[in-house]
Amino acid sequence: MRLSLEARARPARIMTWASPLIAAVCSVIGVSILFAVLGRAPLQALYVLFVAPLETLDSLAELALKATPLLLCAVGIAIGCRADVWNIGAEGQFTVGAIAGGGVALACGGNDTWWVLPLMILAGIAGGMVWAGIAALLKTRFNAHEILTTLMLTYISIQLLGYLVHGPWKDPNGYSFPQTRQFADDAMLPMLFEGTRLHIGALFALASVPLGSILLGRTLMGFRIRTVGAAPAAARYAGFSRNGIVWFCLLLSGGMAGLAGICEVAGPDGQLTPIISPGYGFAAIIVAFLGRLNPIGILFSSALMALLYLGGEGLQVSMQLPIAVTGTVQGMLLFFLLAADVLINYRVRLRPSRSATAAGAARHA
Amino acid sequence: MHETEIAVAILVATLRAATPLMLAGFGELITERSGVLNLGVEGMMLMGASVGFIGTIASGNPIVGLLAAMLAGAALALVFGVLTLSLMANQVATGLALTIFGVGFSALIGVNWIGTPLQGISSDIWPSLATSSPIVQQLMLLDPIVWLALLSPFVAQWFIYRSRAGLILRAVGESHDVAHALGYSVLRIRYFAVLFGGAMSGLAGAYLSLAYTPMWSDNMVAGRGWIALALVVFSTWKPLWLALGSLLFGFVTIAQFQAEGLGLALSPHLLAMLPYIATIVVLVLISRDATRLKLNAPAALGRPFHATA
Repeated sequence: MRLSLEARARPARIMTWASPLIAAVCSVIGVSILFAVLGRAPLQALYVLFVAPLETLDSLAELALKATPLLLCAVGIAIGCRADVWNIGAEGQFTVGAIAGGGVALACGGNDTWWVLPLMILAGIAGGMVWAGIAALLKTRFNAHEILTTLMLTYISIQLLGYLVHGPWKDPNGYSFPQTRQFADDAMLPMLFEGTRLHIGALFALASVPLGSILLGRTLMGFRIRTVGAAPAAARYAGFSRNGIVWFCLLLSGGMAGLAGICEVAGPDGQLTPIISPGYGFAAIIVAFLGRLNPIGILFSSALMALLYLGGEGLQVSMQLPIAVTGTVQGMLLFFLLAADVLINYRVRLRPSRSATAAGAARHA
Repeated sequence: MHETEIAVAILVATLRAATPLMLAGFGELITERSGVLNLGVEGMMLMGASVGFIGTIASGNPIVGLLAAMLAGAALALVFGVLTLSLMANQVATGLALTIFGVGFSALIGVNWIGTPLQGISSDIWPSLATSSPIVQQLMLLDPIVWLALLSPFVAQWFIYRSRAGLILRAVGESHDVAHALGYSVLRIRYFAVLFGGAMSGLAGAYLSLAYTPMWSDNMVAGRGWIALALVVFSTWKPLWLALGSLLFGFVTIAQFQAEGLGLALSPHLLAMLPYIATIVVLVLISRDATRLKLNAPAALGRPFHATA
C-alpha cells in the first residue's frame, strides 16, 4: 500500500482552519521530542512553554506586549501576501521606524510638550513607509524582486542602527555601552494598566484587526488586492494597476511595521540599543500564515507566537535552555503548517502499491 | 609593502570572500535550473556552518566536518523537497520557513560551541614552505575549498550545457509537463537538484565556520545566503556569470579592510552595509530588463508539479 494525493474538486474550507490546529498539535509533539533529546522532562518543559506564561495577570500583560509588534507587522504582511506582494523585510521597516521615532524623541523630548509623542509615532510610521517605499520603487520602476530588496534593506537598517548607537547617538554618560540616552518621560507611551509594561501601542495593534478586515473585505482596494493575488490575468483585464497595488501594500505594511518599531522603543525600552527586536519582523511572517492571511486569524496566531516568545524566555530562566529554542519551534510550526495545508487542496488516499497492482494485473491476465 | 604583494593580498582576500557565495550560488543555480526556487539558502548555510564546526571539533578531522555540513544542508533541503515537491507547498513560504528554522536550530545546537577555538583549515593543509616569498605565503592562504569553488563554475558550465543529465535538468526546469511526457521522473530529478543545492549550501556555510573565520557564532552567515540567491538572478542562471558576480561581491566585502588600509576612518557599520547595497544595485541593473530576465529564467521556476497521469 502507498499514500497518494488526489486533487479535491474544490478547496476544503474546513481544512483552512483545521490545518493550523493540526500544525500546532504536531509542533507540540515535535517540541516534546526536542526537549527529550535535550535531556529535559518534556511535560515540565511544555508546561513552562505554554501554560506558565498564562498564569498571572502580569504575564498576560507581557503576552499582549509581545503580541503587539507581531500583530502590527503580520496584518501588514498578510495584506501584501493576499496581493502576492512579499514584504519579508518587516524587521527592517520596524528598525527604521524605531530609529526615526527615536530620533524625534532624542531631539524634542524633555520639554514637556504634548506634541512630542504624536510626532514620534508619525515619524515611526513614516520611517517604515520610506524603507518599504524604496523596495516599492525598485519593484515598480526596475522590476527588482521585493523579497530580496526588502531583506537587503533589513540588513542595511540593522547596520544603520548599529552605527547610530555606537556613534553619533551614543549616550555620553552610558559607560561606553552602545545605547542612546533614555527617552524623556513625555516621549514614552502611556501605560494601559498601572504596574504592568503594557502600553497603548497594544490598542493600535488591536485596531489594526477590524481595520485590516474592513480594508480587505469591504473596500474597492481590498477587492483589487484580492483579485491581483488570486487572478492576476483577471485583474489586468479589469484594469487594476499592479504597480499601484505594490505601492499600496508595501507602504501600508511598512508603515505598520514602523509603528510597531516606535511603539517598541517608546514603550518598554525607552531607548535605542543595537538589538531592539528578537526577530519580530520575521516571526510575523509565520504569524501571518498561521492566521491564514486573515486579520482575525492573525489576532489569535500573534497571541500564540507571543506565548512562544514568553515561554522561550521562561525555559531559559527555569530550565537553562538556550533562547534559540524559540526560533526552532517557530520554524517547526511553519513547516507543519505548510505540510498540513496540502489537505486544503488534496485528499490523501491509500492505494495499492505499484508492484501489487502489477501482480493483480498479472493474475487477471 | 610592495605593490604586487598588496595586489596579491587583495586578490587572495577577494577569492576567500567569494568562495561561500560561489559554492552556495552553484547549488542554488542547479536547483533553480530544475524549476525549484529554494529561498532557504541562508538557513542551510547556517546549518552547514554549525554542524561543520561541531563535526570538525568532535572528530578532529575537517573532512568529517565538511561532509557532516553537506549532509546537514542536504537534510534541511530534503525537508524542503518533501514539503514543496511531494506535498506541493508554496515554495516561497517553505523557503522562508527553512531559513527561520535554520537560524534557530543552528543556534540551538551551536550554543555550547560559541567561543570555542579552532585551528582553521587553511593553515595546516599545505606542506610548510618557510623560506618562500611573501606572495607564495599569501597564496597558501587559499585552502582547497577555495580552489574547489574556483573550479565549480566550469564544472557547472560543462554539466548544464554539455552533459546529458544537464540537458534533462534544463528540460525539467523549462517545462515539467513535456519532460514528464517524455518519460522523465520530474520529481526524482527535482529531488536530486534540491539535495545537491542543500549540500553545496552546507559546504559554503562550513567554509565560513572552518576556514573564513574559524569559529561559530549565531547567525554568522549574515545574509550571504540571500546574496547568493540574488547573484543567481544576477547571473541570469549562467554559471560563469555567477562566478563573476561572486568575485565582484568578494571584492566589495573586503572593501572594509581595504578602507582601513587606505586610512579611511569610516564607521565599520557603514562599511558593512556595502555588500547589501551592492546586492540591491546589481539586482536593479539586471532586473531592469524584464524581458531578458524572463527569457533566461527557467520557465517552470517556482511552479509545483503534480502528475495527473
